[in-house]
Amino acid sequence: MEEFCFYTKGMTVGYGGTPLIREIELKVRRGEILTLIGPNGAGKTTILKSIIRQLSLIGGAAYLDGKDMKTFSGNELARRLSVVLTERVKPELMTCRDVVAAGRYPYTGRFGVLSEEDNRIVRESMDLVHIRELEDRDFSRTSDGQKQRVMLARALCQQPEILVLDEPTSFLDIRYKLEFLSVIQKMSREKHLSVVMSLHELDLAERISDQVACVREDRIDRFGPPEEIFSGNYISELYGMTSGSYDGRTGSLELEKTPGEPEIFVIAGCGAGTPLFRRLQREGVPFAAGILWENDLDYPAARALAAGLVSEKPYHPFSGEAVSQAKRLIDSCRQVVCAPGLEMMEGGLAGGLRELVRYARSQGKFSGKS
Amino acid sequence: MKKKRYTVIFLILAAAVSALLWASVCIGSVNIPFSQVLAVLRGGTEAEVSADIVLQIRLPRALAAAILGGGLALSGYLLQTFFHNPIAGPFILGISSGAKLMVALVMVFFLERALRVSSLVLILAAFAGAMISMSFVLLMSKVLNHMSTLIVSGVMIGYICTAITDFVVTFADDSDIVNLHNWSQGSFSGISWSNVAVMAVVIFAASALVFFMSKPISAYQLGEAYAQNMGLNIRLFRALLVLLSSLLSACVTAFAGPVSFVGIAVPQIVKNLFGTARPILMIPASFLGGAVFCLFCDLLARTLLSPAELSISTVTAVFGAPVVIAILLRSKKEGG
Repeated sequence: MEEFCFYTKGMTVGYGGTPLIREIELKVRRGEILTLIGPNGAGKTTILKSIIRQLSLIGGAAYLDGKDMKTFSGNELARRLSVVLTERVKPELMTCRDVVAAGRYPYTGRFGVLSEEDNRIVRESMDLVHIRELEDRDFSRTSDGQKQRVMLARALCQQPEILVLDEPTSFLDIRYKLEFLSVIQKMSREKHLSVVMSLHELDLAERISDQVACVREDRIDRFGPPEEIFSGNYISELYGMTSGSYDGRTGSLELEKTPGEPEIFVIAGCGAGTPLFRRLQREGVPFAAGILWENDLDYPAARALAAGLVSEKPYHPFSGEAVSQAKRLIDSCRQVVCAPGLEMMEGGLAGGLRELVRYARSQGKFSGKS
Repeated sequence: MKKKRYTVIFLILAAAVSALLWASVCIGSVNIPFSQVLAVLRGGTEAEVSADIVLQIRLPRALAAAILGGGLALSGYLLQTFFHNPIAGPFILGISSGAKLMVALVMVFFLERALRVSSLVLILAAFAGAMISMSFVLLMSKVLNHMSTLIVSGVMIGYICTAITDFVVTFADDSDIVNLHNWSQGSFSGISWSNVAVMAVVIFAASALVFFMSKPISAYQLGEAYAQNMGLNIRLFRALLVLLSSLLSACVTAFAGPVSFVGIAVPQIVKNLFGTARPILMIPASFLGGAVFCLFCDLLARTLLSPAELSISTVTAVFGAPVVIAILLRSKKEGG
């Protein structure tokens, strides 16, 4: 276990002595990012609260630097582990700088007076998350995104070896989500900071994590690198998705498909069809799509939404079978639309698509727009 | 730049305390000129009456107002910190009233048996009462986490205690009633030198402890979870906060009865004066501010309708209540 800077052995956590999640085995190397994912209420926060000793363990142990975390004094732990939590802090009359400087607490003397060195570290931490210009701003007068970055600077200021974050991106808009996670990634790479966090955004979790732990019911259902976790149908299973679908490869979500016989045939491809599919789904019109190579950008959405789909293996020319299957679908549909830009598609392999357009025209079903 | 500002405010507060102490000694139903007060203090007893007034009545009273005012403001500051609630204070949370009830019970008990009540017994009784109210408030705070409902429940506890106190006072022997009645309304009158000595020891010791806690208090400002992660022993810290704030307000109640609004208003005014909430500044500043506020209010209470005296809470309410309203309006505006 030497190579792991943080790991748990048979850790069982819960509230008031009632076990919620049992036998948790997590491992993080120095400089690695571990993300907990799982449905709401699965207990991600409970696990994190137990790791940071806000909840006492019901069984097992957590180790930091090879030592049982129970044996650390409050101050010793504070110098090794810092946190960014979901609860919103509302300090009165504190500037952002004051909030960040609070992170120096484990290092200052009896009255908490900051030394030159402390001040330098406070400034450095603020620079790292790009909030130097907020230095003198009242903390309560900053936006959610800024607040979260201030709290991150505070945590960094504590100079930890491991950083624990509970859904740090929840209140952030897309720009700040990316910016926030970029800082985390930079820290883990450059300062060899280990990170344990929970995330709601699966796409982001997949991109940033070195290891992913899936919390399901009373256990860690899976633990491994994202490429293992996010392949196949596992995510839909983990979240018990009953309506709609999640595509593991693209990380995109689709709402439930409209059931019924297809009424409209969409000639799709190159990703231009996906917006059309979604519009038809919103309007509640069942549709068919084709002919799509299985590696086409439109393929995942078509699989999720289309009532009928004609597809072809990647890099193969359309087979006669596929073309005639598409024609049969066109026969049963009242209208055929073509995704923008595809009508004039050049290239030898697109011949099948041009043929479908011609066929639909001859049937009087073709319209440029739906 | 900021340091300069802080120093200036501290100097102004200290100057105000000493100026008001002088004024309290000079001004009254008999005005005693400054020079004569100086002479009395030097030991030159030209006029015995004014010497008595200065040494036996006004000086201990003024010192008591300063010390108790400081203690009360500090108690309010601790409660505001503890509950993360800007309008928490010993009076409004019913802690002063709990102390008052116990003191009244003890006093009546002792007086009926013609026993003298020592200051220490009074403080202990007040502390017990304060802790009882405080435990009620703490129990409530587990259920009610909204700031206004907690305050309302504190006010209710205060009403209950006051009602029982009035009941007890009414049934006490006639001769004691006047004395008890004055005290139960809140007043700095009738304070002896030995009282001053006891309160000085208790309040200064408690305040010094509070000052030594300024670092953990600063961590606690970010909330419990963060404070804990910074290595603070939350249980111990919370227990100390509760004990110290109760002790401070109990001591005040034991000598001066319940005094309203000082605990809420002073820390808030001081915070805004300094433009920061750093405990290491706020703790001494709240103490000085409380001293100034109480000296000023006591001076008014004595002199406005002289020779009659207003209860101290009447005056502190006039100046303190608007501050509370201002806080409420502002927290509404900030969407709190």
